[in-house]
Amino acid sequence: MTRVLELDSITKRFGHVTANEDVSLHLDRGEIVALLGENGAGKTTLMSILFGHYTADEGTVRVEGAELPPGKSRAAIRAGVGMVHQHFALAPNLTVLENVLTGTEPLWKFRSNRAAGRAKLVELSRKFGLKVDPDARVSDLSVGECQRVEILKALYNDARILILDEPTAVLTAQEADSLFATLRQMTENGLSLIFISHKLHEVMSASDRVVVLRRGRVVAERRTAETSKEELAELMVGRKVQRPERPPATPGKVLLEGVDLALGGKGGASLHGVSFRLRAGETLGIIGVSGNGQTTLAGLVSGLYPPDSGTLLIDGQEVPRHDVPHAIAAGIGRIPEDRNAEGTIGDMATWENAVLERIWSEDFSARGVVKRAAARAATEEIIKGYDVRGASVDGRIRLLSGGNMQKLILGRVLNAGPSILVAAQPSRGLDEGAIAGVHERLLEARGRGAGVLLISEDLDEVIALSDRIRAIVNGRLSPAIPAERADARLLGLMMAGDWTAAEAIEAEDAHAL
Amino acid sequence: MSVLLDILSSVGMWEAVLRIATPLILGTLGVLLCERVGVLNLGIEGIMTFGAMVGWLTVYSGGDLWVGILAAAAGGAAFGFLHALLTVPLGLSQHVTGLGITLFASSFSYYVFRLAVPTASSPPTVEPFRPLAVPVLSDIPFIGPVLFNQTAPTYMALILVAVLAWGLYRTPLGLAIRMTGENPHAVDAQGIDPIWLRIGTIMAGSALMGMGGAFLTLAAFNSFFPTMVQGRGWICVALVVFALWRPGRALLGALLFAFFDAFQLRLQTVVEGVPYQLFLMLPYILSIVALIVMARRARVPQALMQPYRRGER
Amino acid sequence: MRFERRDHPSRALTIAAPIGAVLAALIVAGLLIAIAGANPIRAYGLILKGAFGSRLGISETLTRTTPLILTGLAAAVAFRARLWNIGGEGQFYLGALAVAAFGMIPAIGALPAPLAILLCLIAGAVVGMILLLVPLGLRLKFGVDEVVTTLLLNFVAVLFVSLMIEGAMKDPLAFGWPQSVPVPEAAELPKLLARSRLHAGLLIALVMAVVVWWLQSRTVFGMRSRAAGLNPRAAAFAGVPLGRTLIAVACLSGGLAGLAGAIEVMGVKGYVTTDLSPNYGYSGIVIAMLANLNPIGVIAAALFSAVMFVGADSMSRALSIPSYIADVTVAMSLLTMLVAIFLAQYRIRR
Repeated sequence: MTRVLELDSITKRFGHVTANEDVSLHLDRGEIVALLGENGAGKTTLMSILFGHYTADEGTVRVEGAELPPGKSRAAIRAGVGMVHQHFALAPNLTVLENVLTGTEPLWKFRSNRAAGRAKLVELSRKFGLKVDPDARVSDLSVGECQRVEILKALYNDARILILDEPTAVLTAQEADSLFATLRQMTENGLSLIFISHKLHEVMSASDRVVVLRRGRVVAERRTAETSKEELAELMVGRKVQRPERPPATPGKVLLEGVDLALGGKGGASLHGVSFRLRAGETLGIIGVSGNGQTTLAGLVSGLYPPDSGTLLIDGQEVPRHDVPHAIAAGIGRIPEDRNAEGTIGDMATWENAVLERIWSEDFSARGVVKRAAARAATEEIIKGYDVRGASVDGRIRLLSGGNMQKLILGRVLNAGPSILVAAQPSRGLDEGAIAGVHERLLEARGRGAGVLLISEDLDEVIALSDRIRAIVNGRLSPAIPAERADARLLGLMMAGDWTAAEAIEAEDAHAL
Repeated sequence: MSVLLDILSSVGMWEAVLRIATPLILGTLGVLLCERVGVLNLGIEGIMTFGAMVGWLTVYSGGDLWVGILAAAAGGAAFGFLHALLTVPLGLSQHVTGLGITLFASSFSYYVFRLAVPTASSPPTVEPFRPLAVPVLSDIPFIGPVLFNQTAPTYMALILVAVLAWGLYRTPLGLAIRMTGENPHAVDAQGIDPIWLRIGTIMAGSALMGMGGAFLTLAAFNSFFPTMVQGRGWICVALVVFALWRPGRALLGALLFAFFDAFQLRLQTVVEGVPYQLFLMLPYILSIVALIVMARRARVPQALMQPYRRGER
Repeated sequence: MRFERRDHPSRALTIAAPIGAVLAALIVAGLLIAIAGANPIRAYGLILKGAFGSRLGISETLTRTTPLILTGLAAAVAFRARLWNIGGEGQFYLGALAVAAFGMIPAIGALPAPLAILLCLIAGAVVGMILLLVPLGLRLKFGVDEVVTTLLLNFVAVLFVSLMIEGAMKDPLAFGWPQSVPVPEAAELPKLLARSRLHAGLLIALVMAVVVWWLQSRTVFGMRSRAAGLNPRAAAFAGVPLGRTLIAVACLSGGLAGLAGAIEVMGVKGYVTTDLSPNYGYSGIVIAMLANLNPIGVIAAALFSAVMFVGADSMSRALSIPSYIADVTVAMSLLTMLVAIFLAQYRIRR
């Protein structure tokens, strides 16, 4: 076995934060190594150092025995390291060929050799089974195709070592399977791979060796064949975290009902003929692969836009006007999908963030003047009641960690006593401890008799919290199945759009009631 | 009606179109380059003013006309560097920085001009570029004098359109520039530093703006006076949107514009009873109309006005 | 080398930023003065003396401060909401023209002075608003960037003024000079200081600064406009009506710039010409940035600019340094201020 890559005692600090501490890691030819760790464990930083985006404070990187100069991505590329970023580094307005060709020729050339480039691209795409049209505009490609372009870009640069940062984050289960099959085939052609992940099942099924990173340090290294999901989970988290148990539901009256809702895409997929019912005291989970209409559905129920057609009934009443203030006044609490972009305004004070969505109410303003004392008191209450650490009433909210920001959002929503709760990806990007806290709050709200609409891409979360589960596929909702009947295969089918089994279960369930 | 025909069929009118278009072509190409690499450059108005002043001053103090153009380009590039420094590595607001550059560059130009020419009631003149008849071609009736009896900088501007179109679409550098305007992360991932690429491209674009300004004092007029740029820079910013960020269309836009300008100038003299100010408003209003028409169709460079910092998304 | 955002930008740094910026600009301008062959220290001394050294100097400086406060406020409120109103110059002119046009109605001249003044001020503000609502409408409806449209409208506005004062509103008694009919006596602002040009407009400007401060920091409107500027997506999620908020901001911003024009013509000049404003609208942008968009800070920044402009006039006569040095300094201070704000917010790491 030849050692193609060696990272030796890498340390990287950002201010007071140590992102990587004394991390050593190696990769052999033809091997697939999984770099496993939670969000914020330092995986991406480590790979950015390897790729020359960051300079390490200490330590060295060696590719095939030769040391890489720090901080030069060009050198990494020349040495045969290719990186496939989690957020695709593609230009949507340019063609596939243009995206691949950028930076592959000397800049000061009078004419770029498109024909040769195209030939090489076509050849690579054939050799590695990565089918894509070189002249297609990237904005017209599917997510899976975009990823193929990313991999082709690396291969075009004659990469022998490929690093993939969370490659399956945006793929369907089927796409992910085929990706890993392709990757395995690549190793047979002499490539060596590192992929970054926090998903245990894919690490178990696709890697030869696992390196576990926690808080910037390597805590363990295992041959995949000699470890188990359970062991890896504990290594990754560092302790056993008990997520709260879901007590049995006692569904009451229908609080929220959608009848044949349709809405053109607002930065996401469109909705077509969406009908659902949400009862008091139950959680309805919506699963699905990213980009199938979750964002649009969450936005619709949250009051960001009224439906193009169909009716939305709150508490059995058709809503005359559907916008944010009316939705909130009607008792809808909203946990946004993206805390930083949508949920908070980083440069405004904590108290302003806490009351902005209800600033129109008598509680917080009178004749257009903000009741600052009341607003600050309410914020103080949230900070105390929800244990928002590091927050001060007047401090700017962007200083809070993701978990604490989410606590503040939960506080502002739940303290208003909503009867309906829309939670979109409520634990995305949080660590285990924070996730448990969020789940506890959601279960509490349900216990109080609120109806919870949980829209999430995290299957474990949906199974743990929901009473009934639907999948969203291309803007349509699948039949609902009770959570007890959910298993990986059935949910996979539902997300892939095969609803026959789910239909049978729904019918059976309705019969039993 | 026959008056209109007279104007439209006169050689002088069409000759003027290219002349009026030249600074707009250069300025628009400059803005286009900057925006293609992802940076709005509202410094153009001031940079053109500075180019006009420095070009004039160079020639006034004994320099060759081409040295004047070169000085204007260098001056433009210098202000472009300042703009780039503030907006690219520091990532400051491109709007406000650009306006700051405009205010600074124009007041600085006036200051230097007044230092050089402290007391003159009428601005001193220089010997400007003379029309250069292209042999044979300029003898073609009508087309000849219109297209082939222009000043040298006009020919240069036309050549630059072709150079830029080729450069942006046919060379690796042009691809990297377009890519940076779409997604600087992608360029960085391919091992090209988008920061330096942006700085360099902004400097090149600003040099073009400076040359556009110099054309005003060294070919269109023969002297410098404050406020002579008269919003031409802003019009160029609008023209880039009209041109959908393509050099060929930028030429078309500039010509269309110049056509209206030349036409209204001549119309003023023959149409009675319409205040001249209405004619003068026309270019500005047309620019706004162009913006409205194109706003929805425009395929704006995706990373325009988005500062790039490594590791921040 | 990279820049890292400071967690807690200290108060001291925030206050030091504009001072440092102005000092840096003064140093650069000082170099330019030195290159021109004069002693910069002496030049600055003369500038201060010109601005504050006499009763006339002080009254001139304060007269000049008045419109600058208002155009500075106009830019500051707009920029807070990320509405790029660069059209202050045009709004200023049309505001002034509105007063002159209003004054042509005989009934206005016959009104008691306070009422005539009030109506004329309102007329100026309303016209300023309208001129900004046009580009805002284009942005909301067609997605046209308001920076370029407001800039272009400045030229249209000045040409329109020129059209009117050479046509329908031309003063027949002005010996053929292009200037508008004078505003009626009833609409003239009272003087604050006898035998000077200082007028009650200064008080209006100061009151407006306080009003704007109150609006921004204490009202629902202020909170919403800030939210809309800082993060439109999150603001929309929180139910901030973005369109309506921007319209309100545009009314305030355009109104303030229009008011500046109205006050200038009612307090200083008495009639409208096309050189009524030595770039007051554009200077407002600099002033707003120097004040870090703080309405109270605008007063200080406007005073600084006025000192430069008034002082440089008298300094240039004494030292034969072009008075454009004032414009250079003020524009330079905008750029240095941008850097200073940045340095106050970020730290440099290697």
